[in-house]
Amino acid sequence: MDAALIWEWIIKSAIVLLIMTGGFAYTTFYERRLLARIQTRIGPNRAGPWGILQPVADGVKLIFKEELIPAQADKVLFVLAPVITVIPALVITAVMPWGGVVNIFGRQVPLYIADVNVGVLYIMAIASISVYGIVLAGWSSNNKYAMLGGLRSSAQMISYELALGLAFVGPVLIAGSMSLVDIVEKQRDIWFVVYQPVGFIIFLIATLAEVNRAPFDMPEAEQELTAGYHTEYSGMKFALFFMAEYIKMIAVSAFAATLFLGGYRLPFIEYPDWLEWIGPFVLLAKIIVLLGGMIWVRATLPRFRYDRLMAFGWKIMFPLALANVLVTAVIVVILSA
Amino acid sequence: MSLDLFLFFSLAVISVASALAMILNRNAIYSALFLVLNFLTIALFYLILSGPFIALAQVTVYAGAIMVLFLFVIMLIGPHRLAYSEANRWQRPAAMVLGLALLAEAVYILIFRPTPAISGEQPALVENFGAPKVLADVLFNQYALAVEVIGVLLLVAMVGVIVMVKNAGKRQT
Repeated sequence: MDAALIWEWIIKSAIVLLIMTGGFAYTTFYERRLLARIQTRIGPNRAGPWGILQPVADGVKLIFKEELIPAQADKVLFVLAPVITVIPALVITAVMPWGGVVNIFGRQVPLYIADVNVGVLYIMAIASISVYGIVLAGWSSNNKYAMLGGLRSSAQMISYELALGLAFVGPVLIAGSMSLVDIVEKQRDIWFVVYQPVGFIIFLIATLAEVNRAPFDMPEAEQELTAGYHTEYSGMKFALFFMAEYIKMIAVSAFAATLFLGGYRLPFIEYPDWLEWIGPFVLLAKIIVLLGGMIWVRATLPRFRYDRLMAFGWKIMFPLALANVLVTAVIVVILSA
Repeated sequence: MSLDLFLFFSLAVISVASALAMILNRNAIYSALFLVLNFLTIALFYLILSGPFIALAQVTVYAGAIMVLFLFVIMLIGPHRLAYSEANRWQRPAAMVLGLALLAEAVYILIFRPTPAISGEQPALVENFGAPKVLADVLFNQYALAVEVIGVLLLVAMVGVIVMVKNAGKRQT
């Protein structure tokens, strides 16, 4: 392992972290503008040209807010919970392939941090521990609304994780590999969404539930729980929860694009070497479309009732995902024989 | 090698400390969280041993699924109700005897019968060691029967839970 390789990893990790945190700021802006459009409003347009400095203004505002810690709260966990929420959101994209191998000053540099042979499993592992932050925030606040929000989120995330995990299995079976780079390379001609339409829909719904977006934003339902698990949080600690939610939105959009929509590749087009740089931009375009879809869903659908949410997860999503895996597996075996 | 050793010992300290903290802490939520930390360090041990699949399975299943359920239950009943009880008096001496036996075995193996890994001569890894394909090949060919038996056991347990929940619901109404 030479020093240049270590520097390459450090630089790539830093770039990914910067893209994700910068992407968070502009996803909030994108959401506010698009929501406003859908609701025939204009949205934030005062800070800078077209309002593009709005996220900066929001950030500055949040920094100057007072940080409150409730007197009866469990202080250690109360401070730790936002951090525990953000870290999984930031590290989950480590296995994400942003592009192919490019040539930088005569050095072959792959545009991903790690291509591990258990990439899909890594995503599942990180997604499964990301529930702790929300649960702990709810519990440590010592507030009944926060507590209910935390309990709801843990129940919801455990339930929808099963369907999410099974939706991952479809592309893995077809590609015959758990490495995300292999999965993208197998989609050179046909996107997996063609083979896996049901899996794709299950994936989209389950990820909405997994990142607590509307119509699955039960943990923070304003009307019933004031703000759910982050009722007691203010200032930068609140901003960290906000950041985790939006970074997770970007991450799951990127995974949906990678697993089902060809990732950084365009169908039927072989990139020549000098065109490999286009990969990240292709992926970015797909992510923006998918994010727009998530925002559109939020603007359109009302929140589920909690018992219906659980019934939907266990009685429709889970059996459907299982059936999808079974059918896919049988077809893959028949075709390969 | 020295980096491996450094990683091993620093992780070992964290894992033993978190295990002790898990047992000694009187707050059930903290105990559960220390157990999560312990599971995560064990997953890192698997990673050091070139077993990424089992490491991530450990994180997904134990740290991600089982401990979230534990935490969920502790939060539902409330940690204050999990008070210390003397109901199982026989457990304490039994635990001491069994713990001492385990310690004696560990010392015996470490000092009197050094295995190659301990004495420093590490066997070379086979190619694709721990890759999902190799693992699946072993699991579903060589140990197919064991996998099936475990699958049936888990299924029976699940059906059993559902039956018990249904009966409990009937009695209440």
